[in-house]
Amino acid sequence: MARAITTQRKITLTAVAWIIALLIFFPILWTILTSFKTEADAIADPPLFLNFHWTLENYAVVQDRSDYMRYLWNSIAIAVGSTALGILIAVPAAWSMAFVPGKKTKDILLWMLSTKMLPAVGVLYPIRLILIQTGLLDTKGALIVILTLINLPIIVWMLYTYFKEIPGEILEAARMDGATLRSEILYVLTPMAVPGIASTVLLNIILAWNEAFWTLTLTTVDAAPLTAFIASYSSPEGLFYAKLSAASTMAIAPILIMGWFSQKQLVRGLTFGAVK
Amino acid sequence: MATQHSRSAARLMMAPAVFVLLVWMLVPLCLTLWFSVMDYRPMRGTFDCCEGLGNYTRFVTSSSFQDAVVTTLMMVGGILLITVIGGILLALLLDQPIWGQGPVRILVIAPFFVMPTVSALVWKNMFMNPVNGLFAHLWRGLGMEPIDWLSQLPLFSIILIVAWMWLPFATLILLTSVQSMSSEQLEAAEMDGAGAFSRFFYMILPHMARAITVVILIQTIFLLSIFAEIFVTTGGAFGTRTLTYLVYQRVIESQNVGLGSAGGIIAVILANIVALVLMRIVGKNLDA
Repeated sequence: MARAITTQRKITLTAVAWIIALLIFFPILWTILTSFKTEADAIADPPLFLNFHWTLENYAVVQDRSDYMRYLWNSIAIAVGSTALGILIAVPAAWSMAFVPGKKTKDILLWMLSTKMLPAVGVLYPIRLILIQTGLLDTKGALIVILTLINLPIIVWMLYTYFKEIPGEILEAARMDGATLRSEILYVLTPMAVPGIASTVLLNIILAWNEAFWTLTLTTVDAAPLTAFIASYSSPEGLFYAKLSAASTMAIAPILIMGWFSQKQLVRGLTFGAVK
Repeated sequence: MATQHSRSAARLMMAPAVFVLLVWMLVPLCLTLWFSVMDYRPMRGTFDCCEGLGNYTRFVTSSSFQDAVVTTLMMVGGILLITVIGGILLALLLDQPIWGQGPVRILVIAPFFVMPTVSALVWKNMFMNPVNGLFAHLWRGLGMEPIDWLSQLPLFSIILIVAWMWLPFATLILLTSVQSMSSEQLEAAEMDGAGAFSRFFYMILPHMARAITVVILIQTIFLLSIFAEIFVTTGGAFGTRTLTYLVYQRVIESQNVGLGSAGGIIAVILANIVALVLMRIVGKNLDA
């Protein structure tokens, strides 16, 4: 029997929840609103909420002045590239761990996680040195490889938890019916694994897009993604609020939308299955 | 029913992932270890053997290390306090039957997806700026002197910014945990006359204990390496230099690689202590 809730209680709770939610969301909302203001309206006191002169000029200015598209392209290339590479390496590994577990499987999984916990700053200099020596500093390729390596444990782990949920009996049945390993993977496993792989891809694109240690320390101009682009607004350009807001909005919009779709996977992916 | 054949195939499929991670972990770490016992200052062209543990003692005994440890603890502790308590309250609220649960949840988790450099800069300029920031407007509107947040209360300001980014993460995980609680048990307790407080402290909180531990451990690991937020706000000035930032400055800015590498190794050791505890919990869950 469901608990009866008085309407009044529900109204109060709804109001409280909405107020808190809007407060938490406010900085993002404010950034989006400010991106449509003129610079004068952006710093008006008292602040203008909706009754300002709406304009798109900031977006045009940001694009013209700082070559926004190049940073955007770098971000896309790095996020998509590292995720694709990671999936390519992780799918076979997670598949074998889930379906042919050995005695060491659990240890290997835990060891992989432990590499994720290595503080990046501890290995910053050697990585930089290697990249300088090989001429790969400030290249997209280097960042793709590094971000793949950082996120690989999460990718393997997420895929493993998804694959584990696929019942092994189905595989056995397929084998009984004479399916080869190839057709087993292609026709039985893949259709069932696609949702899990898709959520893993989504979460990893988000993580790679927002990664801000390696992208800030290993790029200067050529390979700099949006994280570095925004950091360049640190000062004094950051004081042009409308332009800062336009640049910020463009940097976060795609990921915000993807993030909303992946909220369930977020828990699974970032707690390594410790909370379900 | 795994055959010998499928076992070796499995090992082959696992090999690339294991191999790249092994290289990724060992090669740079060994280099850092090596540099940490050298007098290595590229700008002066020194690369001399051997300092032994000299770099370590120099790093650990310097006052900047001690300050950095205190700053790191205060920063991580402050953020954990806000996000865990806030997360518990928010999770309980979002678990209630309200109108528009979906949209509310979407609004609450949004900050987690904002790029660290964006959130740090937006807060720094548009909210905490002492002249044109929203807080300054608000303070003036209330007839008070505006605060220059990042130079008067730098540590607190950064804690606020990062806590805002991580509150959604804590909320989401704790919400998952609250929702897995049996409502029948709670109803039974209510029938038996348990008040809201005793239900919270004796039933809900113990049920969430594990999720809370996981949130604390995972956040600690990520928070120990906060970088971008400090990089674009204070640049490590005004007592906001954490251990990570100190190592970064030693290695990259002052180019004292030997000393910085020793610091890096110390950071690795400290993070591993936290990681070890987390692995225990995750490992236990693997058996279940």
